[in-house]
Amino acid sequence: MTLIVDSVAKAFGRFPALGGVSLEAREGEFLALLGPSGSGKTTLLRILAGLETPDTGAVSFNGEDLLRLSARERRIGMVFQHYALFRHMTVAKNIAFGLSVRPRATRPSKDQVAARVADLLRLVQLEELGDRYPAQLSGGQRQRVALARALAIEPRMLLLDEPFGALDAKVRRELRRWLRKVHDETGVTTIFVTHDQEEALDLADRVAILKDGALVQIGAPQAVYDAPADAFVFDFLGGAVRLPGRVEGGRLTLGDWTSKAPTDAPLGDVQVFFRQDQASLRGPDGEGFNALVTGLVQRGPAVRIDLEGLGQSIELLLPPGEVPDQAAPGRILRVAPKAVTLFGGR
Amino acid sequence: MAITLTWLSLIVLIPLAALVIKPWELGLDGVWRTLTDDRVVAAFRLSFGAAAIAAAADAVLGLIVAWAIVRYSFPGRRLLDALVDLPFALPTAVAGIALTAIYAPNGPLGALFAQVGIKTAYSPLGVVLALTFIGLPFVVRAVQPVLEEVDREVEEAARTLGATDYQRIVRVVLPAILPAILGGVGLAFARAVGEYGSVIFIAGNLPMVSEIAPLLIIIKLEQFDYAGAAAVGLGMLVISFVALLALNLVQTWLTRRSRG
Amino acid sequence: MNRPGKLHLPGWAPLIVLLAVAGMIALVVLPLAMVFVQALGNGVGGLLAPFREPDTWSAIRLTLIVAGISVPLNAIFGLAAAWAVTRFDFAGKSLLMALIDLPFSISPVISGLVWVLLFGAQGFFGAALDAMGIKVIFTVTGLVLATVLITLPFVARELIPLMQEQGAEEEAAAMTLGASGWSTFFRVTLPNVKWALLYGVLLCNARAMGEFGAVSVVSGHIRGLTNTLPLHVEILYNEYDFVGAFAVATLLAGLGLLTLVAKSLLEWRFSGELAATRRH
Repeated sequence: MTLIVDSVAKAFGRFPALGGVSLEAREGEFLALLGPSGSGKTTLLRILAGLETPDTGAVSFNGEDLLRLSARERRIGMVFQHYALFRHMTVAKNIAFGLSVRPRATRPSKDQVAARVADLLRLVQLEELGDRYPAQLSGGQRQRVALARALAIEPRMLLLDEPFGALDAKVRRELRRWLRKVHDETGVTTIFVTHDQEEALDLADRVAILKDGALVQIGAPQAVYDAPADAFVFDFLGGAVRLPGRVEGGRLTLGDWTSKAPTDAPLGDVQVFFRQDQASLRGPDGEGFNALVTGLVQRGPAVRIDLEGLGQSIELLLPPGEVPDQAAPGRILRVAPKAVTLFGGR
Repeated sequence: MAITLTWLSLIVLIPLAALVIKPWELGLDGVWRTLTDDRVVAAFRLSFGAAAIAAAADAVLGLIVAWAIVRYSFPGRRLLDALVDLPFALPTAVAGIALTAIYAPNGPLGALFAQVGIKTAYSPLGVVLALTFIGLPFVVRAVQPVLEEVDREVEEAARTLGATDYQRIVRVVLPAILPAILGGVGLAFARAVGEYGSVIFIAGNLPMVSEIAPLLIIIKLEQFDYAGAAAVGLGMLVISFVALLALNLVQTWLTRRSRG
Repeated sequence: MNRPGKLHLPGWAPLIVLLAVAGMIALVVLPLAMVFVQALGNGVGGLLAPFREPDTWSAIRLTLIVAGISVPLNAIFGLAAAWAVTRFDFAGKSLLMALIDLPFSISPVISGLVWVLLFGAQGFFGAALDAMGIKVIFTVTGLVLATVLITLPFVARELIPLMQEQGAEEEAAAMTLGASGWSTFFRVTLPNVKWALLYGVLLCNARAMGEFGAVSVVSGHIRGLTNTLPLHVEILYNEYDFVGAFAVATLLAGLGLLTLVAKSLLEWRFSGELAATRRH
């Protein structure tokens, strides 16, 4: 294990931002901290960078106590949400900054710095733009400069705060793939913060999900997606439908429809979760609970069906082939979830 | 539109045209003789020299005051912030006699300086002091909003990259606010060059030593030497204009680098 | 995230605050305090002595008259200029704005001098006016002209950035709803800028009442006739009546303080309705 975070807690005034979070990151791992705003993920990142001090807890890296080092002694590269480039310096000067502020004894020579800057510019594919000022770059280019600047100090760990937050959707997707490539080339342990579950699942080796300052679940993207630890995680990972149900005598009741309950299902009132594409839609005499179709839209490769059922609105995404001919606004159909996950309570 | 132009012509343009035309009644060499007269040269040297020194002093003190107000919270911060504008709000004649009372040899601070053999009031140093007073708000008010805008993330980035506090301030924060400092210094300088009320009492007005250029205009007017007075006035305007233009060019160059 | 970082330098912070406070006290607070200390040098009686002189009262009256004429004139000009600059596009706009700002960057003495050059005994129109029996220099007219020139930019400068920021949309909306030009102005434009206008008028008034250099040139210092308050302070001071000079100066210092308080109040209470440049 390279990074060990042990029951770290931090409060701002009376507001508890982190309530005792413990997690570990492996050598060369790409770890995502995923959570809604206010979940404490950015606070945790800033504690790792040395920009905040935890109230209690310990952070160590390869056995070394990180909390004893100031931000500037940690050699941890950080890419800020709004890049935080030095606007009065050229791209090359920005990248060279971390090397040029070293004490004279350990500062590389001018030629070495220039060579390192050239290497990094090549890595982030901005060879031609070393003499530009940040204001002359696009958002995606600035992001890459910020990354190159953080990598210049040969960080033992790289932290990224919402790295794609300020970019438009297309650039975002391109940069995501590219960032993964850079990570695989450099092999630096990388932790990034995001509130976008798709981004986290797409990019990370493991995903740590935070809520209200606590770690809810950590694991590989597929594992987390397939077996969410609780209702919050299921909901947050997206594409979820949540319905109120009841389990009695091994049977699950959803409105006017009962089916066999999963073996380990909790008893009594339950929350029934399933993914938007994990349900079948049939005519009035088929399996499932009653729901009124209110809308039907072809969206890319899938059809979005809006329904009213069990006293709430339900949104399904099905391949066109699985949508019955009767499906039309105003008609009543039957919905049968295929793979449900049950959590106790209402 | 019509009101604006008429008013502007009557109040600004025509009177200034008079200033531009009048000196040439003396002819080119008459103007030249007026401006190269020993007493005029000495007054110009004092007015522009003292204004430059005062503006530089304002840059330092103004930066410190702006820094304290923006960066730290301490009791009385808001009061200090409001007091910055006092030199704007206090009529110059009042400031003039008050500064004189303080820095005169028998004044509270003047006596202190006198003990170490420094003459403050009735000397060029007194002129510099009064001009520093008058110019301070220009620098503080120019720097303050820009300093507030310096992104906290940018400073944090410098820290994670290994910069010391000193390196962070000198290499990241100061360059970001340098254009604002220069802008404030320019305004302070322009105001100081022409300042009259707050200086006239403390200067002592000794010809060739502590006589400022605006006073020379008044003296020439009292001698009914209108053209000579206008020549001195025009000379002042031209020199300030050139100085401000130079400062402005530096400022634009600095700003353009960081704005693209 | 953009909050200014507090206390980044635990070691430096007290030092910088101390330097700032000490510098401000020595340079700014002390002179203000000195005015009142000196004025009370001979007790309350000394403070009140100059106010038993008719010359002081005529100086007060003249100051009020000059400000009472110049400030409204420049308020109207400021509104008109701000309207012209922000609502119309025309060639030479930046030149016009530079001209509006010009009086800020020229010496007050020059602002007085130019009127003497025009209307003085040997000025361009001096002889013609003399023939008609009109006097400008050494009269109230001269004082007003010099004051108007000095205070010309104050109102316009506050209004232009604000009106630029607000844009003309609301006025266009009023027009489409059938409002006439005048009622649009009085019911839409003016209410939107009223606090900024007040702010500008406040600063304009403080400068108009406190102006010294420019009026000094055109006044002629005729006691009881063309002496404004600041000039009266000078006369008393030069006559070695220091206590009297400072006593009259307390009036002006009080005006300055009042302006400062009103200004801070406006900035604090109506910051949203002043131009962005004033928000700090």
